[in-house]
Amino acid sequence: MKTINFDHFAATKMRDEVKAAMEPFFTEEYGNAQSIHNLGDAPREALDKARSQAALLFNCASNEVIFTSSGSESNNLAIKGVAFARMAQGKHIIVSSIEHFSVLNAVKSLTKLGFEFTALSVDKDGFVNPDDVKKAMRKDTILVSVTHASNEIGTIQNIKAISEEVHSFGNGAYMHTDANTSCGFIETDVKELGVDMLSAAPHRFYGPKGVGLFYLKKGIRIMPLIDGGVQEFGRRAGTENVAAIAGAGTACELAKNELNKRREHLLPIQKHVIDTVLSSIDEVYLNGSRSNRLPNNVNFVVKYIEGESMLMWLNNSGIMVASGSACTSKILKSSHVLTAIGVDAALAQGSLLISLGEDNTMEDAKYFTEQLPSIVQKLREMSPLYEEAKSSK
Amino acid sequence: MPVYSEKVMDHFQHPRNVGEITDADGIGELGNPTCGDIMKIYIKVKDNKIEDVKFKTFGCGAAVATSSMVTELVKGKTLEEAEKISNAAVAEALDGLPPVKMHCSNLAADALHLAIEDYKSVKAGKGHIAKVDTCDHEHEGIDELEHA
Repeated sequence: MKTINFDHFAATKMRDEVKAAMEPFFTEEYGNAQSIHNLGDAPREALDKARSQAALLFNCASNEVIFTSSGSESNNLAIKGVAFARMAQGKHIIVSSIEHFSVLNAVKSLTKLGFEFTALSVDKDGFVNPDDVKKAMRKDTILVSVTHASNEIGTIQNIKAISEEVHSFGNGAYMHTDANTSCGFIETDVKELGVDMLSAAPHRFYGPKGVGLFYLKKGIRIMPLIDGGVQEFGRRAGTENVAAIAGAGTACELAKNELNKRREHLLPIQKHVIDTVLSSIDEVYLNGSRSNRLPNNVNFVVKYIEGESMLMWLNNSGIMVASGSACTSKILKSSHVLTAIGVDAALAQGSLLISLGEDNTMEDAKYFTEQLPSIVQKLREMSPLYEEAKSSK
Repeated sequence: MPVYSEKVMDHFQHPRNVGEITDADGIGELGNPTCGDIMKIYIKVKDNKIEDVKFKTFGCGAAVATSSMVTELVKGKTLEEAEKISNAAVAEALDGLPPVKMHCSNLAADALHLAIEDYKSVKAGKGHIAKVDTCDHEHEGIDELEHA
């Protein structure tokens, strides 16, 4: 049976070009990039190259790019790094209520050290209102962090307008955006976005796992989370993961060159999935903005049934998807993002999260939309909630 | 290694005794949609034995499999035997469940016991018993965020 990956937010297949860029640094050019002797030459060159490739994607200077271990680490570096460096100026941080856990749990951890945070509510499509940011700003606000695009519902925020509110408040607060989901699929030009910091995750766009990207604008103060040597301009110590960084650089270059091609490939597939599912199954709802949405994300809630069961039946048909139901969450809580956009807790259990990628075809989308209705029907026939709803009609 | 055992997958994909009994002698329903699981078990009792049993479940793979397994375990058993079947025994009969599923999704024996209780209550002229809400914790709000 064919395996269809409709869960690219979990993992994308590395591109051959990425793998090829990594290969020399495992056994041939295994040197330490910090070495003065010749073994350090090729690794050092690889780091420089990757840094310029990332800088081109972000439209920044090479020395504004820091390599970390993951998108989560980049988010932690932004939140805690700024908090620790600027606690004399203030202890208030603003985030949105639909951030990734690497942002939300980071600010929550900081409350144990006396920091406070405001989690901004979002509208039914998941948008943060820039006016709300302005209203939430305080004299002691040191940082605002809003995700570029939601990793669950795909809604793309108006980061430019939010950044403008943060900077025009005039207290020196910094603006960070988590672009771990958006990078590689829509523009992540830091000048256009107006941000001081940005996080990105190469494994989401055909790069390797084990490496994260962090844009840190020149002049922005952070305290490192990992102290040690001089690596990454002293902002992130530890011997560099040269192979992964080389792969990340190549993934950035591919992203820069292919952004339009990717969008053109994904949009019709996304449209087919959304339109067909909404028209062929009753009481299914699309979450997130229809128009201002990542081209690779689809998020439905299917009434009366539970997401993990749907996920398992789809898996049985060779289709890999994710769900935001409590049962799939591992902490047994349904998606905080669906809660934030006002999806009823019971309905949120029927969450189905699809994330597309370059290996998906229109045939995959058609196969999925053929399989889903009978799976939904099967589970509904087994559901006491469906039975109740039918008998009350 | 797959998350679920082969037996769980078998019961999930081929659930036994799905459906409802329109003239059931006892019905047990428990769970909470916010937690993600609701189980409803119907029993038909004859000569103190569970002559027929059916279930409907809203929930994850473990919820479906435990519901299916409990119906298979108790069909033809006396009420006393059925009352002795525990959630742990159901999980064991399925060759175990992932630790995270042991609490919320492993309530099928409890639902069965409620069905027996309901049968006894009706028989004693006390009428049907109520559904049981198993949700005893908060689900919403940023303050509830925890490290996974």
